[in-house]
Amino acid sequence: MRVTVVGVQGDVEEHVLATKRALKNLKIDGEVVATRRKGVVSKSDAVILPGGESTTISKLIFSDGIADEILQLAEEGKPVMGTCAGLILLSKYGDEQVEKTDTKLLGLLDAKVKRNAFGRQRESFQVSLDVKHVGKFEAVFIRAPAIVEVGKDVEVLATLENFIVAAKQKNVLGLAFHPELTNDTRIHEFFLKIGECQ
Amino acid sequence: MKINLEELKFGTELIKRGFAKMQKGGVIMDVTNAEQAAIAEEAGAVAVMALHKVPADIRATGGVARMADPKKIQEIIDAVTIPVMAKCRIGHIAEARALEALGVDMIDESEVLTPADVFFHIDKRKFVVPFVCGARSLGEAVRRIWEGAAMIRTKGEAGTGNVVEAVKHMRLINRAIFELQKMNEEKIYITAENYAYRYAELASRVREEMGLEKVSRNDVVFEEYTLGEIIDGIYEILLEIRELGRLPVVNFAAGGVATPADAALMMQLGADGVFVGSGIFKSSNPPEYAKAIVEAVQHYDEPEVIAEVSKGLGEAMKGLDVFKLSEEERLQTRGL
Repeated sequence: MRVTVVGVQGDVEEHVLATKRALKNLKIDGEVVATRRKGVVSKSDAVILPGGESTTISKLIFSDGIADEILQLAEEGKPVMGTCAGLILLSKYGDEQVEKTDTKLLGLLDAKVKRNAFGRQRESFQVSLDVKHVGKFEAVFIRAPAIVEVGKDVEVLATLENFIVAAKQKNVLGLAFHPELTNDTRIHEFFLKIGECQ
Repeated sequence: MKINLEELKFGTELIKRGFAKMQKGGVIMDVTNAEQAAIAEEAGAVAVMALHKVPADIRATGGVARMADPKKIQEIIDAVTIPVMAKCRIGHIAEARALEALGVDMIDESEVLTPADVFFHIDKRKFVVPFVCGARSLGEAVRRIWEGAAMIRTKGEAGTGNVVEAVKHMRLINRAIFELQKMNEEKIYITAENYAYRYAELASRVREEMGLEKVSRNDVVFEEYTLGEIIDGIYEILLEIRELGRLPVVNFAAGGVATPADAALMMQLGADGVFVGSGIFKSSNPPEYAKAIVEAVQHYDEPEVIAEVSKGLGEAMKGLDVFKLSEEERLQTRGL
């Protein structure tokens, strides 16, 4: 299994390491690479969009053709995961911040996201979260977005108050928090197994 | 799930260092007003540094450089959706608290401003908001990390448009990490003692003047920490660096990065990202310059891209010969 982390900007290395650990735990033979260029995502069995700044990552993946490769991979039913900024990019609709900055989205998750839903950095937090299919998970939210509306094909995996913070639509998984920042690999393992269930 | 407020944890090391990790591979740009901040965001900056004046102008004006006017910072916060950072003077706890209260996302405890304390930096662990600090050597970097900095940047020589000092500081840190990886625990402990001694300077000086015995491990020397606790803390950080082969926090380049090629050079030397101070808004075409530097950081190892984005950008900032600066004009010697 070949997993690619879109590496144009953000916490790329953290996802590479977490995915490697997850593959090892699952005893899956595979490799994990990060890429800043086109031509790599299209040869992968799964792709991850990391945390970072959604405005920056969006500009870079759309100008370099990586965005089309992600769309193609998703179309083929291969697992696609986005965390934090990655969730914003996977979504279909954004809020006024997304519109104001003219941020292009991939539209793979039938959801509307709100950027910086919980506030600025000083309001960033971690909490033990109930995640469906995974269980209790120490979730780190950093200037995190949240989902405010989902379409009928979207399965909600975790909520905090009125916000949806984890959701799945077939092979596409979006998280408002950062499983890659902790040593707990269960969410990465769940993600890698999505392909089998499809 | 309902939020039980008591279960939420704020300002943990994980959250602070995590914020810095989200900036990796990005360009953080100095801006002095809302209009410049919008240009930076549009160009793809991952964050902006809100300033009263860019370092080149701070240099030109002279006098005491302080925290920017909170009204200016607020205008910049309101203008962009990306994180906003701001600088406080070294050791100026009150400026740092004011910036935290404003909602600044990261504080740069910066040698670019006039230092407020010649003995100590801020004990950054006591803050919810993360800090970035400059460093010229592994010793400075490790001291700042021990104090709770979530991000390190080279000091370079800000406001000069001359990359030579940033390169020097990155090389000094990289070489020190290389040496560390060949050292055993005993030697590393000696290095930790050397690095920690800086915290005992105040107490040592006062005791010497008073004719008292030398400072020992059990003496409280900085905030509530004894010298022994500081040495042990620094030793642990050094062991972690030896294991990782790099700093345990994000390490950016700063201080003299003026062109796309400068930015690419710093990335090739192992920087996780780049701060561009005066380079963008002191150039003749800021929007194009800003975009070109973002592209150069993303494609730092693709010479054809660096060549392409550098074409016809117009004048870079004029720049200064660092070697002709007097000791007082060198900002990097502030805060050890």
